[in-house]
Amino acid sequence: MSDNERVLKFQVFRYNPQKKSDKPRMVTYEVTEAPGMTVFIALNEIREQQDPSLQFDFVCRAGICGSCAMVINGQPTLACRTLTSKYESGEIKLLPLPGFELIGDLSVNTGKFMRAMSERVESWIHDIHADQVDYNKLEERMDPDVADQIYELERCVECGCCVSACATKRMRPDFLSAVGFMRLARFALDPRDKRTDEEFYEIMGDDDGVFGCMTLLGCEDYCPKDLPHQTQIAYLRRKMVLVK
Amino acid sequence: MKVIYTDSLVIGGGLAGLRVAIASMQRGYDTIVLSLIPAKRSHSAAAQGGMQASLGACIKGDGDDEDIHFADTVKGSDWGCDQDVARMFVNTSPKAIRQLAAWGVPWSRVRAGDREVVINGEKVTITEKAEAHGLISARDFGGTKKWRTCFTSDGAGHTMLYAMDNKAIQMGIPVHERKEALALIHDDGICYGAIVRDLITGELMAYVAKATTIATGGYGRLYSVTTNAVISEGIGNAIALETGIAPLGNMEAVQFHPTAIVPVGILTTEGCRGDGGLLLDRDGYRFMPDYEPDKKELASRDVVSRRMTEHMREGKGVPSRYGDHLWLDIRLLGRKHIEKNLREVKEICEYFLGIDPVEELIPVRPTQHYSMGGVRTRATGESPALKGLFSAGEAACWDMHGFNRLGGNSVAETVVAGMIVGEYVADYCAANPLNISTTTIEHFMRQEEKKITDLLLRNHGENPFQLKAEMQKIMMDKVGIFRNGPDLEQAVEELKSLNQRARNIALRNRISSSNPELVEAIRVPKMIKLAQCVAYGALLRTESRGAHAREDYPERNDKDWLKRTLATWKEGSDLPDISYEELDVMKMEMPPGSRGYGVDNIVHHPDTKKRISQIETVREANPGADRFEMQELLNPITIPEKFKGKNERIGRGFK
Repeated sequence: MSDNERVLKFQVFRYNPQKKSDKPRMVTYEVTEAPGMTVFIALNEIREQQDPSLQFDFVCRAGICGSCAMVINGQPTLACRTLTSKYESGEIKLLPLPGFELIGDLSVNTGKFMRAMSERVESWIHDIHADQVDYNKLEERMDPDVADQIYELERCVECGCCVSACATKRMRPDFLSAVGFMRLARFALDPRDKRTDEEFYEIMGDDDGVFGCMTLLGCEDYCPKDLPHQTQIAYLRRKMVLVK
Repeated sequence: MKVIYTDSLVIGGGLAGLRVAIASMQRGYDTIVLSLIPAKRSHSAAAQGGMQASLGACIKGDGDDEDIHFADTVKGSDWGCDQDVARMFVNTSPKAIRQLAAWGVPWSRVRAGDREVVINGEKVTITEKAEAHGLISARDFGGTKKWRTCFTSDGAGHTMLYAMDNKAIQMGIPVHERKEALALIHDDGICYGAIVRDLITGELMAYVAKATTIATGGYGRLYSVTTNAVISEGIGNAIALETGIAPLGNMEAVQFHPTAIVPVGILTTEGCRGDGGLLLDRDGYRFMPDYEPDKKELASRDVVSRRMTEHMREGKGVPSRYGDHLWLDIRLLGRKHIEKNLREVKEICEYFLGIDPVEELIPVRPTQHYSMGGVRTRATGESPALKGLFSAGEAACWDMHGFNRLGGNSVAETVVAGMIVGEYVADYCAANPLNISTTTIEHFMRQEEKKITDLLLRNHGENPFQLKAEMQKIMMDKVGIFRNGPDLEQAVEELKSLNQRARNIALRNRISSSNPELVEAIRVPKMIKLAQCVAYGALLRTESRGAHAREDYPERNDKDWLKRTLATWKEGSDLPDISYEELDVMKMEMPPGSRGYGVDNIVHHPDTKKRISQIETVREANPGADRFEMQELLNPITIPEKFKGKNERIGRGFK
């Protein structure tokens, strides 16, 4: 951590769709950098001291919950764990995540998108016996490696970076996107989910699904959790090609 | 006036709230969940460590059962918990974890054969049994006799919350996101739902329900440095308090976690120490064995936090521009283990400290972490004073944690309480019609409308952000890990004056729709009231118990203080009304005793000896009784029928 104070220049996208007269614009705020300062800390300081109307979303502020993805100097990422010291010029440009409904300023409605995604891929264990499980008895065994592999794919925090970094999504508004593929890959791997490949095909076997992906792999480049999007999309494609 | 009717209204979309919603939906009741944020972003996700359930599958958990989990929980609580509730909890926790396994949580599993672990700073090889292969594994946590904390690599809370929310989505349970409950609607001692503000449009709506459940988590953000999410502001507790009827319990019971990183206060999991990590001082010396020769780094959180603070007071802290801290050393665990089972910790160190914990020491110090206090409920989860109001999880003082919660018992509580309270919520929906006059709804709606209009019209006044910062500083400086009379008295006075100032908040951004300053202005007066309950309760409690440590009253005084603090708030008052609820020693399955860690300094309750000999008599009179019959004799509990079964364990069956 350096003790040299510098003044950061934040250029922030401002637009409140709730205000009829409001127009999208960029506003510059100056903030004196503190050691260990993150975009989370800086934005809160701006709100508290300069402009109390500034909208943004943080929850855990520790890189765990996925609330705070935004475009920082052209790249989608989690704002809470982005240190301002990373930017040598001291100029930081913040835009809301594209591909989602704008709530206001830097706040977007990822929740609505993700719920719809979960409903579309039926993001739950499909097993008619799951609700009849006798929980007094020993649980069904699972290979320890399989459990670890499922967790590797379940680490997604639904932040939306992959969606905003996806060129296919720009062209196909209903494209399922990497977050949806990762979820499907997770359930396809899980022996507790009894869905067949044919059933998975019904969900993703078209151009809005896994066959629409142009393999530009912005998802792989920008996933804050370093999930293996490339491998999983390739895996799902192979699996789906073999159906029927 | 927009009015939405439902049977079961759940405020809060974390693990506890979702589980209550699932229970009431399963029983056929219309259910709506309100959440400030998308449910999967709730603070439950941040529980990295795991969930305690006495499955006893891993070798270091061998021989574990409900009784041992019960004893650990009661000791952890420093005998402040409700033992009926702790019993219900430990008996149900194995079921909860197995149900979640069926719903999709990829719990880490036992792998048969040898593996290397770190115990007490030494590398040791343990051998997992072949017959346990593939069952749910567990890790060590503070204050437990057995390795009992079930986990998913480094993301237990995340995987639990995802499985739970996915289940809710499968069942079609609506989660109304970005909605904030501002006040409870109640009449004649019965709760009928809440007045709710849409955080995007600013619209006020009435959600009218038979049963209302508060599951909004803790109130960690009353403190300036906390591990809690920014939404953990205790607003659910506050709206219960503002009814003037529903009491809050043990608000002064606030836990500090030993290892949050400096300066930002982000948590590194107890799993670091559970898996073998050590605490070191400025000289690189491992000091905990000097204070706690038996449990060392793995005494309960309240004890470790105090020992760390004591050690820093002796000048052994590492000085930094953010004040003194100590070191957490997980280097001895090795890269492979850290990158798999403590990856979240590694990421946090990399992103927020710029260090690699495989090679370097982590700067840590005790930081506000958990709220044992909350909406006081009966064992059914219902408020003892306001019918139809329920609470579950961290928001509640159901009271299985007393004055200190064990690591791994909080996510466990969220799910178990969700299951049990959810059944009672459904029972309530079945037994009660919804009779409410629209005049009552309008009355509460007008009240909230007026508060907002006043805020938007006031030209000059206090800045809500500033009031909040002042409150957080008072709490941190004067109502922290160690407490004393003079500081607490000052805190109570200062908070009282903040309370008065908070009646005169004015806004710079005066619009009624999406407006973060307005949100703050609505919340801050509520938070100050809660802070007053904490500080005043702490001042009046002239003893030390669990996380409540009075320097001027160092003994745990069972004689005078074996009781639960209840706080209510009369409208217009500037202090809470405090009363007490006695804990009945003669009904305790485990009478008060020594915890086996921390300072042993107890003023005994006159009934303790009587109860011990009474228990002895019962044991002698029933020589053939097994542990279940013995529990029935000593601590008969009422639990919903579906959770009454015995739990199976490997090599032991249902015994």
